[in-house]
Amino acid sequence: MQTLTNRAQPVDRRPMTFWEKMYLPAIAKGMGITLSHIFKKKATVNYPEEKRPFSPVFRGLHVLNRDEEGRERCTACGLCAVACPAEAITMEAAERLPGEEHLYREEKYAARYEINMLRCIFCGFCEEACPKQAIYMTETFAPANYQRKGFIYGKDDLLIPDPKNPITVKK
Amino acid sequence: MTLLTIAIDWAFVIEKILLISAVLGVSLLIAMYETYGERKVAAWIQDRRGPNRAGPFGILQPLADGGKLFFKEEIIPATANRFLFILGPSIAMLAACLTSAVIPWGDVLTIAGRQISLQVADVNIGVLWIIAVLGMGVYGIMIGGWASNNKFSLLAACRGASQVISYELPMGLALIALFMISGSLSLKDIVEQQRDGVWFVLLQPLGFLIFLICAFAECNRTPFDLPEAENELNGGYHLEYSSMKLGFYLFAEYINMFISSALMATLYFGGYSFPFMDSLGLSPNMVTILGIIALFLKTFIFIFFFMWVRWTIPRFRYDQLMKLGWNVLIPLALLNMLVTGAVILYRQG
Repeated sequence: MQTLTNRAQPVDRRPMTFWEKMYLPAIAKGMGITLSHIFKKKATVNYPEEKRPFSPVFRGLHVLNRDEEGRERCTACGLCAVACPAEAITMEAAERLPGEEHLYREEKYAARYEINMLRCIFCGFCEEACPKQAIYMTETFAPANYQRKGFIYGKDDLLIPDPKNPITVKK
Repeated sequence: MTLLTIAIDWAFVIEKILLISAVLGVSLLIAMYETYGERKVAAWIQDRRGPNRAGPFGILQPLADGGKLFFKEEIIPATANRFLFILGPSIAMLAACLTSAVIPWGDVLTIAGRQISLQVADVNIGVLWIIAVLGMGVYGIMIGGWASNNKFSLLAACRGASQVISYELPMGLALIALFMISGSLSLKDIVEQQRDGVWFVLLQPLGFLIFLICAFAECNRTPFDLPEAENELNGGYHLEYSSMKLGFYLFAEYINMFISSALMATLYFGGYSFPFMDSLGLSPNMVTILGIIALFLKTFIFIFFFMWVRWTIPRFRYDQLMKLGWNVLIPLALLNMLVTGAVILYRQG
């Protein structure tokens, strides 16, 4: 029969010699291998105490950033939601009222900003799309939850704490 | 009419009771930590870490396992024979514990002028006792499988019983060659002879190998664990067992492993004797204590060997098992016996 590939290996089908039939030398060889494994480096990471370092380009949970004065950077332009291939981002815009200049950087801001972490594929397109450097991805990942609605992260989950006025962050 | 009076040496009774409790306690403790050791050795061989959460280095793991077994639901199948169902694991446990009675755990301790032999019973048919009790262990398997009223349990029990019986023969034959050299069935005598002479493993290498293989089979350990075959069958003769009754079966197996390791150390590796023990110039009590340590060290090496083999060699097929027992080990044991007898005759003549 013609072989399809030239990778075929002939198999040794000679009857076993007496030495091979004795089986004990083969056992001794196998036991040598298992013994050597006892002294090898363990593959297990002691998880809660020890953690594997993330890669520098790791994309984890999102945060909404503030500027140097502690104002929200997001202007609810919707570019992140447009860029999102999983359609995980929803937002509602609102107009900044007089007297709120210390809260929002632009005249328009996101009154509601939600990311569904079950839909999110952590591709990072939202981070790339954002013209205001408002959304960033961190090195943590979403913790487990008992309910689906627990995975819908709102503004109070995403927005980083105000360095000047931490009380404004509720929850 | 003479009154029959029995003089009871109370000190002797107390001494024996203490010794029995100590031996039993130590065997149970060691069996407990064998489960931990087994998991650790398995993990190391597979490049893992093993149990390390319960207590420092996981040393409380056996307690957690035991506690878990106690809290599990106790199920006795409706169609099972209740009496036999409970009797099965009890016999398995009893047979496992009984064997430790004739093993000399050490030489003589002298406390307050009293000579205390560290052996529960120095019967002159010690090895015969062990073989007899091992034979009783088969009933634990057989009754357990039968009483479950489950065809698969019964099949596994038959498999287990036939395996144990098949491998008792070469084991006995290998031991006969040993007794031809020692001239005694008492384990104490056998150790004392090795103390003065050489370890019997040097005189009986083939006999030791046969005994070792049979010990693996008797303990239902890999590569002969097909009565159980836990990773492809649901379990063997103890398929219907749950909670601590299952624990008893598994525990009895670990006690058996400990006892057969101690037995191999005693019969072939000099028991509590160690090289140069009589030329160190230590006090007799000190030598005895060192001897106990030596025996346990040898035992632990064998226990490690049992585990090491378990995580190396795959299981035999049933026909291979029977072929090895009847076609290889028995003829080899007979040959070993013949050669030993011929050498003894030649040296006498």
